[in-house]
Amino acid sequence: MIGMPEPAVRAVRPRVRRHAVVLGAGLIALLAAAVLSVGIGSGDVGLGAAWHLMFSGQSGYDAAVVHSMRLPRTVLAVAAGAALAASGVLMQTLTRNPLADPGVFGVNAGASALVVMAISLFGLTGFTGYVWFGFLGAALASAVTFALGTRSGASSTPMRLALAGAAVSAALTAFTNAFVYFDTASFAQYRSWIVGSLAVPNATVVWQAVPFVAVGLIVALMLAAPLNALALGEDTGTALGSRTGRTRLLGVAVVVVLCGATTAAAGPIAFVGLAVPHLVRAFTGPDHRLLLPYCTVFAPLLVLLADIVGRVVLPNGEIQVAIMTALLGGPVFVLIARRKRLAEL
Amino acid sequence: MGQLSVRVAPRGAVVGGVLLLLMAGLWLIALWPGSDVMTPGAVLSTLGGHGSISDEAVVYSWQMPRAVTAIGVGMALGSAGAIFQGISRNPLGSPEIVGFTTGAATGALLSLTVLGTAALPTWLGALIGAAACAALIYLVAFNHGIRTGRLILVGIGCNAILLAVNSLLISRADFYDAKSAANWLIGSLDGRGWNHAIPVAIAVAVLLPLALGRAPALRMLEMGDEHARGLGLRVEGERLVLLVLGVALVSTAVTAAGPIAFVSLAAPHLAKLLTRSGTRPLLLSALMGSVLLQAADVAASRVTEHLLPVGVVTGLLGGCYLAWLVSRRAR
Repeated sequence: MIGMPEPAVRAVRPRVRRHAVVLGAGLIALLAAAVLSVGIGSGDVGLGAAWHLMFSGQSGYDAAVVHSMRLPRTVLAVAAGAALAASGVLMQTLTRNPLADPGVFGVNAGASALVVMAISLFGLTGFTGYVWFGFLGAALASAVTFALGTRSGASSTPMRLALAGAAVSAALTAFTNAFVYFDTASFAQYRSWIVGSLAVPNATVVWQAVPFVAVGLIVALMLAAPLNALALGEDTGTALGSRTGRTRLLGVAVVVVLCGATTAAAGPIAFVGLAVPHLVRAFTGPDHRLLLPYCTVFAPLLVLLADIVGRVVLPNGEIQVAIMTALLGGPVFVLIARRKRLAEL
Repeated sequence: MGQLSVRVAPRGAVVGGVLLLLMAGLWLIALWPGSDVMTPGAVLSTLGGHGSISDEAVVYSWQMPRAVTAIGVGMALGSAGAIFQGISRNPLGSPEIVGFTTGAATGALLSLTVLGTAALPTWLGALIGAAACAALIYLVAFNHGIRTGRLILVGIGCNAILLAVNSLLISRADFYDAKSAANWLIGSLDGRGWNHAIPVAIAVAVLLPLALGRAPALRMLEMGDEHARGLGLRVEGERLVLLVLGVALVSTAVTAAGPIAFVSLAAPHLAKLLTRSGTRPLLLSALMGSVLLQAADVAASRVTEHLLPVGVVTGLLGGCYLAWLVSRRAR
């Protein structure tokens, strides 16, 4: 009995070290990708020149390209990737459903609905005009889903939450479709927003969105341990002393903030929130204290790489990041689904 | 042992009867093109064989194929939804999630934006797309045999890829092609003639009884693999057959009407909630799907002034109804 703790401690340390090494490697890769992202693009500014311009304080066309296009874009890629993946983890735990992605709370549908309404009804055709309607829409849709799907003491809350989200999404998508169907003029504007893209027309939005994402991520990381308890089930979690109702409420709030800010700035990006948690979980297991940090590091890496490829792959023009992440990440997801055992369905 | 015994739950039978009545009633309403064309009485007398030639043309060539298509597509979507939710044991497990409808959409979009509908009619593109997608998913998921859990996950991955491809096609197309593609994606029963209705009717008449014959297997699968195996069920084989039937039903529906939102997700839930049973009843899901779609079609073409596509109405009404039911449930 006296000798028992020794093997346990010896077993823990290498595991922690392994995770620290992998995370560190991930961070370095992320930094490298960020450097690449600032250095590559359709303008004529090369890698070295771009970095020189970023810190030199010069003005001029090339500096403008770096400061107002490439840098915000890189920052948005990192923010969006981390935000979406973290939200995906939260969604899948809160609904206890591995098929959940941030859209399952009606987030994307709500954002789209209010954006198209702003364009069509209020005539807000400027990007900065309609963009924050997306945030509002995401928040409203999630609030409705949450109100519908939770009831104190209900043991079937995860499924009700998922169903409520599906119902709200369907209603809002239909609402959006009605506008798109009839208002041909706003279709053009809507068409450019609906495919998630990091090429935001106005970089101020990125700097406005970043604080939201930062706060959301911090709260999400703090929720890691309560989420572990919640994942054990309603009764077990409560028996362990975890305040499941409060965790759920905070979790939904975090999803709204993270997804709302991201969708407002970049448009709906669907794939990251669904697939990255699965891919990461295959490596880390279901412990949220590992899952969330890993997602915060590796999801931005995926988004950055996808964005870089999307910028260079076509001779003129670019492929939006929402499309590129699915085209690149999809096959990876499929290949892993073939071999390893992903979360039980 | 020459007897056939069928267990009929009384509440289920009552709900089924009500749904059948609703289906018949909605079918009759759908046959009436509106008071500026014909009176309802004229519709009834045409059905009885006493209508004028123009009335017969209106009822039999315009209204009836659309009404029949609505019933067929609704039943196909409802039953496919029950199958997918049963085999994935997941309330969100509708055929839309695992990518077959998206594959059909990719085929249709290729015909609308790249190839042109003269070269490839939209419905044929949709059919080829669904079949190609299903074959692709099956081939990729085949790794020393098929496990349907893996099949569904591969389907989700393929769905994401194909959604991206569809976005790419729409964003690269010229404006009017993109608009017609976006319209097709909403799902509509406008202009559906006998060339849509007959294939749908045949497909449903063949596939649905096959699926219903497997309904006991579906119920056992919902209980869990261990229980099903313990009851003597060949789990993987049965699941694969049900999956094929579900895909065929969905492909039929999408080919005829485009990817109509939400019917395959909502109909099984509504049927289950109405009968308060533990499992998703397959036949009742089919009937519920039909009622949902028919009601939506009547609302879309009759109640609203402008002609709304039916996909908008199913989403709005279905979503609100399901939301209300979810919030009301005491359990």
